Amino acid sequence: MPSLGADMESAILVEWSVKPGDTLRRGDIIGVVETEKGAIEIEVFEDCVVEELVVAVGTEVKVDGVLARLRGTREAAAPATAPARPAVVPPPAAPPAAAPREPVPRAVPPLPSTRVRASPAARREAKARGIALDGLTGSGVYGAVCLADVARAAAAAPARKPRGGFDPAAMRRAIGNAMSRSKREIPHYYLTQSISLGAALAWLARENESRPVTERLLPAALLLKATALALARVPALNGFFTDGEFVAGKGIHIGWAVSLRGGGLIAPALHDADRLSLTALMAKLRDLVQRARTGGLRSSEMMDPTITVTSLGERSAEAVLPIIYPPQVAVIGFGSVNERPWVDAGRVAPQPVVVATLGADHRVSDGHRGGQLLAEIDHHLQHPEAL
Amino acid sequence: MSGEVITYREAVRRAIREAIQRDPRVFLMGEDVGRYGGCYAVTKGLLEELGEDRIRDTPLSESAFVGAGIGAAMAGMRPIVEVMTVNFSLLALDQIVNNAATIPHMSGGQFAVPVVIRMATGAGKQLAAQHSHSLEGWYAHVPGLRILAPATIEDARHMLGAALADPNPVLIFEHVMLYNLEGELDPAVSAVDIARARVRRAGRDVTLVSYGGSLGKTLAAAETLAADGIEAEVIDLRVLRPLDMATVEASVARTRRCVIVDEGWRSGSLAAEIGMRLAEGPAFFELDAPLARVCSAEVPIPYAAHMEQAALPQPATIAATARGLVKPA
Repeated sequence: MPSLGADMESAILVEWSVKPGDTLRRGDIIGVVETEKGAIEIEVFEDCVVEELVVAVGTEVKVDGVLARLRGTREAAAPATAPARPAVVPPPAAPPAAAPREPVPRAVPPLPSTRVRASPAARREAKARGIALDGLTGSGVYGAVCLADVARAAAAAPARKPRGGFDPAAMRRAIGNAMSRSKREIPHYYLTQSISLGAALAWLARENESRPVTERLLPAALLLKATALALARVPALNGFFTDGEFVAGKGIHIGWAVSLRGGGLIAPALHDADRLSLTALMAKLRDLVQRARTGGLRSSEMMDPTITVTSLGERSAEAVLPIIYPPQVAVIGFGSVNERPWVDAGRVAPQPVVVATLGADHRVSDGHRGGQLLAEIDHHLQHPEAL
Repeated sequence: MSGEVITYREAVRRAIREAIQRDPRVFLMGEDVGRYGGCYAVTKGLLEELGEDRIRDTPLSESAFVGAGIGAAMAGMRPIVEVMTVNFSLLALDQIVNNAATIPHMSGGQFAVPVVIRMATGAGKQLAAQHSHSLEGWYAHVPGLRILAPATIEDARHMLGAALADPNPVLIFEHVMLYNLEGELDPAVSAVDIARARVRRAGRDVTLVSYGGSLGKTLAAAETLAADGIEAEVIDLRVLRPLDMATVEASVARTRRCVIVDEGWRSGSLAAEIGMRLAEGPAFFELDAPLARVCSAEVPIPYAAHMEQAALPQPATIAATARGLVKPA
């Protein structure tokens, strides 16, 4: 069971999409799990053959629990006594010291390690009850969460009902836990920059005239692409804070914040956003938003975001001070686009303006670096034809 | 139980008398145990009663008479060797650690060393630094030795018999502050084990692990805590080697908190060993608070009464430490 977010403790297997003996390719879906963020499709990370489905549909499985046993297709069949592997990662072909016949498959991205201080007994109890330690206030020695705190939380939380679908209350708790942890642990600093979108929107209007309705671009695509290209120039803000240090993201996978109609928020990844054309990016964005709202997000989309971007869209506030989603190290917020007086070459003229805000982790970067990122975004938005 | 009320000293004396009367191989030797009656008056009257063959005064040479006791044990006797205090036993360390503890092992089991070595330990009588230390933890480090710490009248009365029945060397540590302790001796009990710890007081909130001279202080602390609504479980280790961790772990699994009370110094102490065993074993996952210890201050035990008392574990410090785990400020 992969961790599909810093706040996830477990999920319920709701469907197997494969059976033993099936041959799978990297990225194929093997099953669906129900999390507090809705149903998520679980992908495999390597070409492989399904050896055994370990868990029955309806079972709640903790993060890192074994769902199924897979064998890499270029490997010999595993002996019957093969040790259990975590999650759905195929067993490595060989220990690193052995012959370098093929690369060992990359495992699930490391989990965030910044731990809540909790007694061993409290930690175990919270896990058994499905209570996130992040949201609890410790009353124990050294301020640690102790059994009594877990018991209080268990008594306060409504009885856990079997999760048969999206549960807004559960998602609200999950968001609360993640954001509480972020505000508690991450020393945020914020930078804002007003960016003129005159050139960008004018170019967009011309561009859309030549496109069929289904392929028209939204301003969001420009903001996303400009952000992705800027991150390629300022990689220090793209990645994770793990085990006390910054680990750069492998690729620019922008978590795009999607508000759900039942309430709640989810930020699945647009993979390699810097390398997609605007057309491809727009198509992916449409698809992602739709799947986020109807279910069917994929595990990699939940696990991979290296940064989050939130855009308030039309008829909303003009600026947002967003909160970093741990273990990411930065978040970018775009307010609504508004006509504002703008000074250009000594003359004041109305321009469409968006306020871009960067929230970043001071353990990883400083305002100087953050300012470079906002300046890069601004620069790219002034040259929309190059996006 | 409607037994006779006797002192700890009298209980040890009776144990020695009974052992000598029962088994012709048993005799007691040590400094001043005969004519003087023992420096803590444990053996007073035994010389007259049992004769010079069985109660033997020795020269002031711990190495010589402990070695003689080990030799006598190897030759088939069942000697009880009394060393005046654990501080002086350091002069016999070579005999105890290099001979008594190793010979059964090095001879492939051909030689048993059924010697029992009794010694006083601990502080509280203003005997100053050379007579007041608690070094039983050092001996508990050594494989081949069984280490006993009778803390009650019953254990003082019956542990010696069990120790003499053990074919391997057994060291018995009698805390100096216990000799005047009075208590009822249950006439129905005629033997005790020398393998298990005992729960001396049941409680659900915190486990207090103790032994020997600290047991009474720990029980007193438990009473103080009870007045605060904290129910402490008090464990008397009784046997310092091999440690009965099963009893400690079972208690900690119930209370989820543990304070170890040890009159030895904290660094490298028996308390450290118990804490580590809790931390490295399954009990770790039962813990709801960090492990804690109350040990002696890391100074040679002072002579001045108020400083001596300040250096030792006391009921108030034990209670405060336990309270800090159960009801953190």
